[in-house]
Amino acid sequence: MAETLVAEPRTPKSDAGNANPSGLRHVLEFEKPLARLEQQIRELEALQQQKQVDYSAELRELRNNYTALLRKTYDNLSAWETVQVARHPQRPLFRDYVDMICREFRELHGDRAFGDDPAVQCGLARMAGHKVMLIGTHKGRDTKEKVRCYFGLAHPEGYRKALRCMKLAEKFGLPVVCLIDTAGAYPGIGAEERGQAESIARNLMEMSRLRTPIVSIITGEGGSGGALGLAVADKVAMLQYSWYSVISPEGCSGILWKGSNNAHEAAEALKLTSKHLKQLGVIDHVIPEPLGGAHRDPHTTAHNLEQYIAKTVRDLKRCKIDNLVERRYEKFRNMGAFIEKAARHASRVTA
Amino acid sequence: MQLRKEGVPEGLWMRCPECGAMLFRKIVEESLHVCPECDYHFRISARTRIAQLCDPDTFEERFADIEPVDPLKFVDKKAYRDRLKTEQDKTGNPDAVVCGKGFIKGRPLMLAVMDPTFMMGSMGSVVGEKITRTIEAAIEEKLPLLIVSCSGGARMQESTLSLMQMAKTSAAIARLDDAGGLFISLLADPTTGGVTASFAMLGDFIIAEPRALIAFAGPRTIANTIKVELPESFQRAEFLLEHGFVDFVIHRRDLRSEIARLIDFCVK
Repeated sequence: MAETLVAEPRTPKSDAGNANPSGLRHVLEFEKPLARLEQQIRELEALQQQKQVDYSAELRELRNNYTALLRKTYDNLSAWETVQVARHPQRPLFRDYVDMICREFRELHGDRAFGDDPAVQCGLARMAGHKVMLIGTHKGRDTKEKVRCYFGLAHPEGYRKALRCMKLAEKFGLPVVCLIDTAGAYPGIGAEERGQAESIARNLMEMSRLRTPIVSIITGEGGSGGALGLAVADKVAMLQYSWYSVISPEGCSGILWKGSNNAHEAAEALKLTSKHLKQLGVIDHVIPEPLGGAHRDPHTTAHNLEQYIAKTVRDLKRCKIDNLVERRYEKFRNMGAFIEKAARHASRVTA
Repeated sequence: MQLRKEGVPEGLWMRCPECGAMLFRKIVEESLHVCPECDYHFRISARTRIAQLCDPDTFEERFADIEPVDPLKFVDKKAYRDRLKTEQDKTGNPDAVVCGKGFIKGRPLMLAVMDPTFMMGSMGSVVGEKITRTIEAAIEEKLPLLIVSCSGGARMQESTLSLMQMAKTSAAIARLDDAGGLFISLLADPTTGGVTASFAMLGDFIIAEPRALIAFAGPRTIANTIKVELPESFQRAEFLLEHGFVDFVIHRRDLRSEIARLIDFCVK
């Protein structure tokens, strides 16, 4: 009896992928009740093993409770909790997706002007049945890599490298896929000296008229201009528990509440979750994450991402390029909410 | 972005925030709101700017009936709706940009002028829409375009919708560029955040007023992030000139003639 139980897949699948080499999962504040249940399950399993007593009924109940609580917790995440999930230390990063999705990835370095920014990585990729130019922001997994990547905060040379690669893609008829996970563009002296604002502005302008399909997906954090600089796309999607906003909740709290302790309220007010942004028409699609978030099951997340890319790139490739560029313009042209008194109609964002 | 030196205070006398000199208000106004002692360029409202730039009685306002709403029902310490009302009552304008057609030394052009007296010139849906329409009008009527940027950046109270205005305005600039239109971008103190990172940095010519703060991340954000003291000249117009991001820095009294010159070189 005990053997069959052990063979049963555990409800919380053990973390797969490179996201978590240690096998230990970081527990977020609101996940603590879940962690306690997991602990109980583990203890009972150990006890069963040790004493050769059948606790299968109790275990089944505990596991059911666990799944129910997991579902309840994740169905009712607050905006601030969503931000925590998006920043979970074991959430898959750009390089993890490359490993899990790409059949080939030939990385290309440098902006041909100043340097190579490891926070933005570009390359020729075979993924989801297509040859594409893959561009992503990478935060880094261990401390050394994080420091090298500036925690995913890009410098101007990162945006310029991305644009250079997009131009290559345009020339050779490759669709562009951008995976975005950045708290924002790097706020530092060198970045300002080398034109952080100009590099982002240039990307917005050039992406709006790039003559090849562009798909951008926010996979974790979508911080302000730093994210938008890679997100002027034909289709913009978000992973379910990612966030996208004009400013981070902490930054917003610091300015509007004059202190960073109101990040919770700021996150709520900014309407930064995928659900809100889909409703507002700012994004086109929400890619579902497995129950309990991407950090519990990177492979399923990668699979969902891959499926979305496969279908979306296929659809976009079928469009005539003139129509595609026109529609991309109209998509962003129509964003905003205001009243026009004379015309007596309220314009709203349209997807 | 916080307001460092706000507008021009009321009263007969005023103090220059830069050199501290007590100045007779009328003299300052006559010198285009520039300190006669130290050349400090005061922040000025959009209407004042237009009066200074355009030939008398040539400015014809457009898109004045576009007004803000509160799409996200945003509330911080104060509701966005109330904030808007206060700012509208204070300035007499519906939002933070004034657009229209005017003449500078007899040369017709479309202009969009951002207003630092309205929520620090921040860009939400209305600012983005009016600027986009001004760009489109410049394409349509084959006129040069001048945008005077003076803004703390994207407006937080409209969150992602504000962010999208960066994409919208930049895409419109791409169309103007494709149509061969001339775009002069004038950067006044301050030009920061999402405004700098969109149309402001996309001019065929980018010119700036002396000592204007021009930045992506403001100096406070940078100081807080990297924990170092920043030099006083950091992110000022002259600093950007030195690093190759503006074409020239220009005194306010010479703006009209320099803009006219650029138009003469580029417009047939």
